Amino acid sequence: MTATLPVLTRKDFQTDQEVRWCPGCGDYAILAAVQSVFPELGIRRENFVVVSGIGCSSRFPYYMNTYGFHTIHGRAPAVATGVKLARPELEVWIATGDGDALSIGGNHTIHMLRRNVGVKVMLFNNRIYGLTKGQYSPTSEKGKKAKSTPYGSVDQPFNVLSLAIGAEATFVARSVDVFQPHLKATLKKAAAHRGSAFLEILQNCNIFNDGAWETLTDKDIKDDHVIALEHGQPLVFGKSRDKGIRMNGLNLEVVALGNGVSEKDLIVHDEKHPNPAYAFLLSRMEGQPGFPTPIGVLRAVEAPRYEDDVKAQIQGIVAKRGAGDLAALLKSGDVWDVR
Amino acid sequence: MATTEAPPRRRETLDRAVIRFCGDSGDGMQITGSQFTNTAALYGNDLATFPDFPAEIRAPAGTLPGVSGFQINFSSSDVYTPGDSVDVLIAMNPAALKMNIADLKTGGILIVNTDNFKDTDLRKAQIVRNPLEDHSLDGYRVFAAELTKLTRLALKELGLDAKSMDRCKNFFALGMCYWLYNRPMDATVRWLEDKFKAKPKLVDANRLAMQAGYSYCEATEAFQVSYDIPPARLSPGTYRNINGNSALALGFVAASVRSGLPLFQGSYPITPASDVLHELSGYKDFGVTTFQAEDEIAAMAAAIGAAYSGSLAITTTSGPGMALKMEAIGLAVMTELPVVVCDIQRGGPSTGLPTKTEQADLWQALFGRNSEAPLPVIAPQTPGDCFWAAIEASRIAVRYMVPVIVLSDGYLANGAEPWRIPEVSELPDFPVHFRTEPEGFQAYMRDPETLARPWVKPGTPGLEHRIGGIEKQENTGNVNYEPLNHERMVRLRAAKVQAVAQDIPEIVPAGDTEGDLLVVGWGSTYGSITAALKAQRAKGRRVGHVHLRYLNPLPRNLGEVLGRYKKVVVAEMNMGQLLMVLRAKFLVDAVGLNKVQGKPFQQAEIEAKIEEMLK
Repeated sequence: MTATLPVLTRKDFQTDQEVRWCPGCGDYAILAAVQSVFPELGIRRENFVVVSGIGCSSRFPYYMNTYGFHTIHGRAPAVATGVKLARPELEVWIATGDGDALSIGGNHTIHMLRRNVGVKVMLFNNRIYGLTKGQYSPTSEKGKKAKSTPYGSVDQPFNVLSLAIGAEATFVARSVDVFQPHLKATLKKAAAHRGSAFLEILQNCNIFNDGAWETLTDKDIKDDHVIALEHGQPLVFGKSRDKGIRMNGLNLEVVALGNGVSEKDLIVHDEKHPNPAYAFLLSRMEGQPGFPTPIGVLRAVEAPRYEDDVKAQIQGIVAKRGAGDLAALLKSGDVWDVR
Repeated sequence: MATTEAPPRRRETLDRAVIRFCGDSGDGMQITGSQFTNTAALYGNDLATFPDFPAEIRAPAGTLPGVSGFQINFSSSDVYTPGDSVDVLIAMNPAALKMNIADLKTGGILIVNTDNFKDTDLRKAQIVRNPLEDHSLDGYRVFAAELTKLTRLALKELGLDAKSMDRCKNFFALGMCYWLYNRPMDATVRWLEDKFKAKPKLVDANRLAMQAGYSYCEATEAFQVSYDIPPARLSPGTYRNINGNSALALGFVAASVRSGLPLFQGSYPITPASDVLHELSGYKDFGVTTFQAEDEIAAMAAAIGAAYSGSLAITTTSGPGMALKMEAIGLAVMTELPVVVCDIQRGGPSTGLPTKTEQADLWQALFGRNSEAPLPVIAPQTPGDCFWAAIEASRIAVRYMVPVIVLSDGYLANGAEPWRIPEVSELPDFPVHFRTEPEGFQAYMRDPETLARPWVKPGTPGLEHRIGGIEKQENTGNVNYEPLNHERMVRLRAAKVQAVAQDIPEIVPAGDTEGDLLVVGWGSTYGSITAALKAQRAKGRRVGHVHLRYLNPLPRNLGEVLGRYKKVVVAEMNMGQLLMVLRAKFLVDAVGLNKVQGKPFQQAEIEAKIEEMLK
């Protein structure tokens, strides 16, 4: 029924609005990646809807030449759920941040994931509240000195991917703003996932929290602090690819390869592992001394999309009972005539 | 000379009767009341009901907080209220008696279940002396019967346990009332057969109990008089009994069908609005999508997402939920999307009285958002009017691209009345236009008459655009912080709401169209004020009544109408919210009649105020 898809380019997804993020903001890199990935997805431009909440992350829709909705703080998943229930065929993406999605929006985030609504969530995690100029966030490290925590924060941060897995997310992944090829590839994988796709993008806010992810991005040390997961591949990392992760009872263990330890002893990554505990275990590596932070797709399992089940139920009733007749409905139950 | 025969039974014809069933929450008083109502409606009486629920799901049996009641006023002439005083009170236990006896008129009929008037029952109701023995009930015609024992006797062949048999005693009481008012029982039998079709023994049990109650009155000499209340002269048509929540649900289905828009409801369960969600969830054959969201905010946000996508979107809630939705409602105002928000008001503030009625959310509806965020507000005035209010709110929302608030209340939601079913051809048509033409499109360009911006469905090629909560430039819709633009947009959004006034009827007062006193009301006070007005005019007073269905914008001629009367009184179940609006807008020295007791106005209360003001 659809005519041949027009060939789309990055330019088709750029708007005429002047981009107003701070110079050096990681969001520019994310925007560039998204604008180069969207044209390759085989989806007509008018079928994209980009929804956001509030935050620097959430200015994203204004710079994408698609249908866009800049909603209110934390509520993008709920608005997006309404869009998908009304129009399951639309391609809905969310741009959100660590505060928007995990603080005020925590409830909507977990319920959208639980329902497996077919929305792709890009969570730009810069470990700070940028738009409001520098308060700590639910992902800031304990002891973070910021505008509202001059003596250091007292709370433990969320482990973002653990939370998503705990909320029953069927696709959980992480990438980094400055790892452009990896980011594009991971965006494509998120796009290909049918249900909720949760992608945490580590992003640098150079004004209010510069260097938050330095250990993972500094070219001299990143290889020892990052492990790029590949489905079907053993968990190997390190500059010389000389370290690996293996299972030891219920725990993960970092081992040096050689000296009797080979790749055969390591965990082979299975993103389709039916037990979410596996992906959960991987997610716990983040922030653990001696362990690398996993990037790539931790989990990608198939499950029915919420909007498809809702629609199928409605269609099933229509098939069974026939389409509703308003006159019959109004006159249903006990009625009587007055002449 | 001894009389060996009882005096012959009499049948008296009455114009109306008010019955109240009351008992423990577990006694089935709501079912009993609803069944009697249904039968009365089918019989052809005009009627009004007032179910009075306790807040707890199940307080300890027999205690005062657990008392549940149902009142029905049925008549052969027009009925506007559930009745100020009760003619027949059925009290299933001492707690129910204690809570309700004050409303029984002197000489009224009192039916009590003596099996539940033991010492333990009296103690639970904090009663020291048994009222059945201390002459405190001498002013009434008391019919004390062992309802529990009689019910068990009637059901003994069925082989049920005692608890199951006792649960049928409300049907015994119902049967007694059917005898008392000469009513057929077949509608209730049909209802039993449907409700308990998976458990035929329960059909038999309740039916037998009901028939036993009927026969008991027939056989006993205690009841010398039974009553006839002939059918009322309603306008010709096909009728059904309806309550406000059901009417609201049907109205939205009708709006969806007439407009061709798919209906989307995002809601969260809250008393007394949940039934609207329950009912609409059952209308999937009309393509209705219902979404029980994780919270009130998500419900409204999802409705906004659905409206953005081209659906007729609604959300239903009560006072506390309205408070939660306010920021999102503001987003709908700013993005100019059509969403209907229904507030089924209840007693507040805060959790308040969830099962009691009130109309104190008017200010919240008019002013509750941050900054200048006006929107239309509509208030249905009877249960059946909720149907029309749903359609009208949908029509305005879609035509003006604006969220609309419908203010109903617990009394309308659960109260019932006979409703003339409209033909589908009588329903208003409302055309919907989605823009598809890219040439000349700007996201915030406006229709010259309605000031509405175009409604564009995502998925339409060439019209990709962004909307959001930040202030935007006139016409283009780009983010814009310029001072003059902001003021212009604030004024435009206000003018758009004001433009709705061109589209709504002018006020024609009921009663005297000018005179000594005008009673102004809105929402569910309609019945009480109408009844009071009729009575006062029959006494020769020159009084009029304006009942506002549109609280924003107000009807074009309201100011002029207010000026035609020497005095104005505003009767509200709040502390004077419409009163303040009218005084401020029209500089009229109106006074308030304010009741915040979780109960509707009695006709007598309004009459007393009118008389006091005209002394």
